[in-house]
Amino acid sequence: MSGPIHIRPDETFTLNVGPQHPATHGVLRVKMEMDGEYIVKAETVLGYIHRMHELMGENRTYPQVLPNLSRLDYLGALGYTHGHVLVIERAAGIEVPERAEYIRAITVELNRIASHLFWFGAFVMDLGGFTPLMYAIQDREHILDLLEAVTGSRLTYCYYRFGGLYNDVDDDFIAATKAVIPMLRKSLKKYDALVTGNIIFMKRLEGIGPISAEMCRKYGATGPVARGAGIDFDVRKNEPYSVYPEFDFDVPVYHECDSLARYKVRMDEMEQSLRIIEQGIEKLPDGPIMPKKKPKLIKPPKGDYYQAVETARGSFGIRIVSDGTKNAYRFKLRSPTYSNMSLFDEACEGMMIMDALAMMGSLDLVIPEIDR
Amino acid sequence: MTNDNVKQALRDLFPDPEPVVEAATDAEAEGDKKKPAGKKEEPRINGLIERDHAVHGYDIDVQLDPGELLAAVMIINKAGFFIESITGVDWIKEEQLEVVYDFSRYDFDTCRIVIRTRTPRSEPKVPTISKIYPGANWHERETHDFFGIKFDGHPHLIPLLLPEDADFHPLLKDFKP
Repeated sequence: MSGPIHIRPDETFTLNVGPQHPATHGVLRVKMEMDGEYIVKAETVLGYIHRMHELMGENRTYPQVLPNLSRLDYLGALGYTHGHVLVIERAAGIEVPERAEYIRAITVELNRIASHLFWFGAFVMDLGGFTPLMYAIQDREHILDLLEAVTGSRLTYCYYRFGGLYNDVDDDFIAATKAVIPMLRKSLKKYDALVTGNIIFMKRLEGIGPISAEMCRKYGATGPVARGAGIDFDVRKNEPYSVYPEFDFDVPVYHECDSLARYKVRMDEMEQSLRIIEQGIEKLPDGPIMPKKKPKLIKPPKGDYYQAVETARGSFGIRIVSDGTKNAYRFKLRSPTYSNMSLFDEACEGMMIMDALAMMGSLDLVIPEIDR
Repeated sequence: MTNDNVKQALRDLFPDPEPVVEAATDAEAEGDKKKPAGKKEEPRINGLIERDHAVHGYDIDVQLDPGELLAAVMIINKAGFFIESITGVDWIKEEQLEVVYDFSRYDFDTCRIVIRTRTPRSEPKVPTISKIYPGANWHERETHDFFGIKFDGHPHLIPLLLPEDADFHPLLKDFKP
């Protein structure tokens, strides 16, 4: 049965992107029905690294769950652990010393920059530019060194404790952070000159991958995806927690709704995070890092508690239903990328596949965090 | 302003609007030790409770019957809320499954709404809201994975996070791995 294969002009074929594909940044699979290079219909298939953190949250005691939270998002783990300790502190009524909250804010922002830097490199690599990744990883390394010195690990941090921190920062950390800030500022300028405005880069992103504000609302998209659609929403500003009201920073918002807008939001956010770190170091008060009075056994009173924090990817929510024992009755994690990714199926319909992959990159996916 | 309108519209859903005060529930939580052992807790009646954001992390807490769910979600949709998440809670002692919906606003003026509805454990079924909020599609599939709750009218209720042939629901309290 040899001979030419005849394809009718209206015939479509199915293309599997992933689960092992560099553009999906992890084990994510998108089943695409293609008409030539155009996507007719897409269906995202999840669950390849689902680990059921929510069940682990139920059958372990509260302190035992602490390390789990940093396994969600390996690029910006501190934001997630921050949400976890905040919700337990809210539920159990634990007071946190001011110094601890300042150090938390500084380290979370450092981690946010590290996460955005890595995203920047990987995103440009998705579009065919390899060099920026190397620069970005080099800069990220400085931040990881800082965090390693104080938290003890490079990616999967378990640094925050209920009521405070595991380890105080020393003068070396302060001095090193002060030295890193101007260096990063210089790098951000370099990236801007190197990448933003590049004609190939612009043609791949400008006006491509539209995600409107209404679509964000219907799917619950948050973070840079929403801010790239003209929505001025940042949990740090809108529902202030920790010591963020003390800081003076802006929320970058772009109204173009395209992939370029989401790129610009993240690039501007790094500068804002640097501002927060600067102010945090300046205002850092002396004092203890753990409260004097802390319950030995964490047993929040019966009830339902919710806490949202702004992580590098958007609004991360955590709900604890407590039945008054030392284990949570229900431990729900609302991960931002899950909602951000859920709009992809609808958004990419009718797009060319390369544009859809560029849009996927601009969503900043971290798969362990979607699958949980 | 919007919040007051939403509150009023949600209150109108309940035929006999009894003003439930936050103090009642807090006293219940604190008074646990005082209660004589073995006394059964009163199940919460349907209605709207205003919560203290500093304690609970949300402002409005509504419990309703599955039949009223769509009406409530339509009010919330009209007021411009975005969907945060959907999840379940297994209340095995009461033979019920609770479905919890979270909504929030982008122009956050301290308003986060939680909608709860309960369904019998033997035949858990609630209407889908994925026609109002397409983002609910994944959340409902996930809740179906973990609790086995059927979302009536859902277009594609197959396992999302669990394996495609999964016939177990790991977050049910009587689940044995």
